Amino acid sequence: MITFQLNGKKVSLDLDGDTLLLWALRDELGLKGTKFGCGIGMCGACTVHVEGRATRSCLTPISAIDGAEITTIEGLDPAGQHPLQRAWIETQAPQCGYCQSGQIMQAASLLKDFPEPTDRDIDAVMGGNLCRCMAYVRIRKAIKLAAAELRGTDVK
Amino acid sequence: MNEIPKSLSRSGAALATSRRGFLIGAAGAAVYLGFVRPGFAATDLAVSPAKIFEPTIWYSIDRDGIVNVSITKAEMGQHIGTALARIVADELEADWEKVRLDYVDSDPKWGLMVTGGSWSVWQSFMPLSQAGAAGRIALIEEGAKLLHVDKATCSAKGGFVISGAKSISFGDIVARGELARTYTADELKAMPVKQASDRRLIGQDTRAIDIPSKTNGTARYGIDAEVPGMVYARPKIPPTRNGSKVASIDDTAAKSVKGYIKSIALDDPSATVPGWVMVFGESFTAAKAAADLVKVTWTSDDTAGVSEQDVQDHAAKLIADPKVGSLVVADDGVEAAFAAAKSKLEQTYTTSSVLHFQLEPINALALEKDGVFEIHTGNQWQSLILPVLAKALGVGEDKVILRTYLIGGGFGRRLNGDYAVPAALAAKAMGKPVKMVCTRADDVRFDSFRSPSVQLLRMAFGEDGKVTAMEHHAAAGWPTEVMIPSFMPKGVNDVPYDPFAISGANHWYTVGAQRVRAVSNDLANRAFRPGWLRSVGPGWTNWAVESFMDEAAHAAGVDPVAFRLRLLDGAGRNAGSAPSAVGGALRQAKVVARAAEKAGWGQALPKDTGLGIATTFGQERDMPTWVACVARVRVDRASGVVTLEKLTLAVDAGTIVDPDGALAQIEGGSLWGASMALHEGSEFAMGQLKDTNLDTYTPLRMGDVPELDIEFIPSAEMPTGLGEPATTVVGPAIGNAIFAAVGARVRHLPIRPDAVLQALKA
Repeated sequence: MITFQLNGKKVSLDLDGDTLLLWALRDELGLKGTKFGCGIGMCGACTVHVEGRATRSCLTPISAIDGAEITTIEGLDPAGQHPLQRAWIETQAPQCGYCQSGQIMQAASLLKDFPEPTDRDIDAVMGGNLCRCMAYVRIRKAIKLAAAELRGTDVK
Repeated sequence: MNEIPKSLSRSGAALATSRRGFLIGAAGAAVYLGFVRPGFAATDLAVSPAKIFEPTIWYSIDRDGIVNVSITKAEMGQHIGTALARIVADELEADWEKVRLDYVDSDPKWGLMVTGGSWSVWQSFMPLSQAGAAGRIALIEEGAKLLHVDKATCSAKGGFVISGAKSISFGDIVARGELARTYTADELKAMPVKQASDRRLIGQDTRAIDIPSKTNGTARYGIDAEVPGMVYARPKIPPTRNGSKVASIDDTAAKSVKGYIKSIALDDPSATVPGWVMVFGESFTAAKAAADLVKVTWTSDDTAGVSEQDVQDHAAKLIADPKVGSLVVADDGVEAAFAAAKSKLEQTYTTSSVLHFQLEPINALALEKDGVFEIHTGNQWQSLILPVLAKALGVGEDKVILRTYLIGGGFGRRLNGDYAVPAALAAKAMGKPVKMVCTRADDVRFDSFRSPSVQLLRMAFGEDGKVTAMEHHAAAGWPTEVMIPSFMPKGVNDVPYDPFAISGANHWYTVGAQRVRAVSNDLANRAFRPGWLRSVGPGWTNWAVESFMDEAAHAAGVDPVAFRLRLLDGAGRNAGSAPSAVGGALRQAKVVARAAEKAGWGQALPKDTGLGIATTFGQERDMPTWVACVARVRVDRASGVVTLEKLTLAVDAGTIVDPDGALAQIEGGSLWGASMALHEGSEFAMGQLKDTNLDTYTPLRMGDVPELDIEFIPSAEMPTGLGEPATTVVGPAIGNAIFAAVGARVRHLPIRPDAVLQALKA
């Protein structure tokens, strides 16, 4: 039995420890917001937070998260109103939207480390998240918008 | 000239409205507005709405004034539902806050269901405008009665009918009035729509209705579909696309996997997935792990030995034989012009295989309920795959329904709904719901990727460098021939051709006597399933045309922008015509001039930095979207690495319905073009694609994005398509910029550093 905190609630799973967190979330726990893209950790669509750090759930066995705190897109903000989520709407960033849960979770991690991210910071941290629709211009804009809001300043 | 099949164009079944009247009538708590076959009356609706009003309900208004618009197009990132609803709502004078979208499931009443070709807004604009106008007129008439005023004193705005100080909401009219009105097909056709200056929603920025759900995890894609009691399946993909047969299945090792159920070879009467084995599990985790352990042996056809170079060599051989292929443009005087030419230019251009790599791997959930098979999956061309599914399952088409979901990336991959077939067959074989999910490698190995191509172009110059003739011969795999040959029109020589595989070669330049020949690469068609990939033919034809125009300009000693402007003179067949191509080549000339001006064409640039220009008319001559692009690149002479610094685009797509959505399409499309030019491209190797995941297939990432400067030319002309055209200008603009920067001419897509180094030495 593997037990962890999921979006603030305790959950237990009676699954093999090598079950990947992505499929446990999607198929066992019914949280479909986390997406399957490449399965090798190179597209970022499956990104969730483990102990507050952006983590590829498609490569993470649940045995590795026993006792940990997990946050998915559904739990980033109870009302879906995290500054990044609002910025994503403000800039109309999503096209097909399939990668965006992962993009937002990665960006949330980015803003913790770089409250005032430069373009190079964004390139470096977001470079692991593929947007096949190539909505990158707006993703960058949305990150800067949310960063400014979190700092309480206007976008530079 | 090349025309899209009428069955697909605006005169065809996209809205299936020709010869249909329009009917407005109450049923239950709402009023329905839709196109109907002749002979139905509004009063019939109340008797049996489901039966009588079966065809084509485009929108309804309920007692709260909620306008529910039926969307028959697939939502795959273009926010099409929002754009189509804006068209209805503008004419209806609805309150936009009360507009809702209903993405409908497949049903014969919708006519042809296809989302592709950048057609959606173009095809829907007039029918939906008229549907909205018809509703407004009826609401005003009924509202006037309820307000006890002359209808001539009434107007509609923001969901109300207004007469002086009096007003009544659409919802109250539905609740209290007796809306019933029929318009004949002729009345509908004659119904005036707004002048551009009167529009309130079209052309104004809005927020796409589908976006909030895509920021909080609630958006539902095909891969998210589930039903109680379903089992999971993952396929074992055979060594070749078309000619493999299962010889044996050994699942001994898989039996140790917890939750493994069994493996079966699919029996497919539709021959869509020959040689497929499905591995079932109680979870996807189990099916995936078991599939890795199931050993299948196949007998395969000769395409197991076919590689990219074989396909390209075959294309070159076909092109060299003037007897093969379909003549799409065949002017008199080509031979004479070449014989009399003062000088000639001839070049060959090639492109590699390109993957769709839509981020949501293909998947489908299939189940049988009361004798009807339901397929839950994202799909762009329901009408294409429904008959195939019916054949595969051995049932009538009325026994198959496609449930609609958001699409996690289309780009043409889901025009070909072949992935629905194995799920359906598996559900039938198992007698229970089956959810098939492909891993990324499975998805790629089953991709109907963009065929590699070979193209030969020739140009004849007469006195003073005047262009007197041009030939364009293009060979590639033909998706339409493989998947729906009945959609192929015939060329001048009576040979059918795939319009999607040659469009672009029939450009709007005035070049004297012109010949365009489309050649089907039968080896490609056999060895894999060529697919429609964003922009399809122009993805390669425009690479050739625009690289060649640049070479021709330099050969003639003329600036590449000036050379193009000279040929885009709007003469003869390039004059353009109503409804969609008013202005013709002169509008293309305008975007070329505008992009050049914006990009600072002719200015001094740093060392090894250059500007290159390219232009396109988009997808078809019937529906031109005029685009020009200037690329600025810097080339590292030591490594051959090309850095794309900036793209400047000028776009004339007529009336822009949703400006911010349109901009998003050009942003994404142009970056797709950059990605295909510099970062993508794969290779067919021994019957399979070489690259199957992101470890070796490397689409453009955040850090590769150049500066973008995009401008739309203001226009009140018919709206044309936006999803694809920007993709095809970027590659040749980059190639031409490389030449401008360092004098190296590249003629193959993608452009690899090695090729630049080679060209530098040449």
